[in-house]
Amino acid sequence: MTAPLKDITPAERARSTSFYEASARTRLELLLDAGSFVEFIGPEQREVSPHLKIFDLPEQFDDGIVVGHGRLDESPVFVAAQEGRFMGGAFGEVHGAKLTGLLRAAREIGTIPVLILFDTGGVRLQEANAGELAIAEIMRAVMEARAAGVKVIGLIGGRSGCYGGGGLIAGCCSALAVSEPGRIAVSGPEVIETNRGVEEFDSRDRALVWRTMGGKHRRLLGAADVFADDNVQDFREAALELIGLVGTFGLDKLTAEQERLADRLRRYGACQDAVDIWTAEGIAHAETVPELPADQFIALADRIGRTSRDAR
Amino acid sequence: MEDLRFEHSVSARAGGSRTSAIVGVVASGNLEVLVERVLPDTECAIDIKTAAIGFGEVWTAVIGDFVERHSPGGLRFSINDGGARPDTVSLRLAQAVRLIAENGQ
Repeated sequence: MTAPLKDITPAERARSTSFYEASARTRLELLLDAGSFVEFIGPEQREVSPHLKIFDLPEQFDDGIVVGHGRLDESPVFVAAQEGRFMGGAFGEVHGAKLTGLLRAAREIGTIPVLILFDTGGVRLQEANAGELAIAEIMRAVMEARAAGVKVIGLIGGRSGCYGGGGLIAGCCSALAVSEPGRIAVSGPEVIETNRGVEEFDSRDRALVWRTMGGKHRRLLGAADVFADDNVQDFREAALELIGLVGTFGLDKLTAEQERLADRLRRYGACQDAVDIWTAEGIAHAETVPELPADQFIALADRIGRTSRDAR
Repeated sequence: MEDLRFEHSVSARAGGSRTSAIVGVVASGNLEVLVERVLPDTECAIDIKTAAIGFGEVWTAVIGDFVERHSPGGLRFSINDGGARPDTVSLRLAQAVRLIAENGQ
């Protein structure tokens, strides 16, 4: 017989809750210390998109993003969580402004880390200009916050992945944690196929999509520093680990990041497939990487995977 | 989009002390329900914005059944609907009442 809900500790609930399946609100509730979350501009304020009405589309009271503050192992953090099921977690005007405002608040305070739980297909097409502007504002706000001493950590493991402008913002963060179903890229599979043809990228080949954009590949390449199993507790521990790891940010970091990316291009620019890259990294039987369970993959990544710890 | 509004008189105030709660998301076949404790104890109101046009009779039946079962006195429900089926609507309304019936903020 299963134990009554009240007898289950928050950590046990977080451990048994899939990050991928959970809503943005559930992710925050279980990621942070129990009962510590306080929302800014909550749904009762009805700050909805001013654009969707024009297209006769349904609105959501929080415009698809939950922002606020809470505690992580008793230390204060700012948090933002995108709801990937509402319009693919896409950035619109209000959605973007909520994240920009949060990052600017963090910049003013200077010492409280920001956790961004990405779950997005990119810019919301119905408010494309406002959405593109929002991406630019958020990227600037991330860099200004980091320059002021704030650690900005991205957590990626939702059903919409982290695409489009979300991928650009993730690239600006101090560090990322990713799970296997979390995908990080700018152009999504369908976009690449539409623009470059099926010979370039077959978006229906799910294995190809996963090994090109999925969490394991991003971890092995060093785009993400921590690989999380798909549960909220693992992401909580990943966030704590990354807050501990991220060092000070300055021009030397940016120079090192440029060198890291240039080196990556030199090493793998000619590779046709992620498996070629893994093989070049010295992974025996690289074709088996996608099937590895999380614990075995983490052991492999800790041994062979790259990190961006001195760069970014 | 279609806007609908229902007002009911109810016999009892909804339990708990929370002032608001939200459940669900706006997605295809799903809906969000925002519930706020803002009305007199014997009143209940439900405001609906739905993407599925022409289902007023079904909403009337689902809301009538919900009010009778849960007696949500003092509560205003605001719904953004992405074309959810009646059973999903009933489930979310029940979840919303249960959540606001908890103690706390």
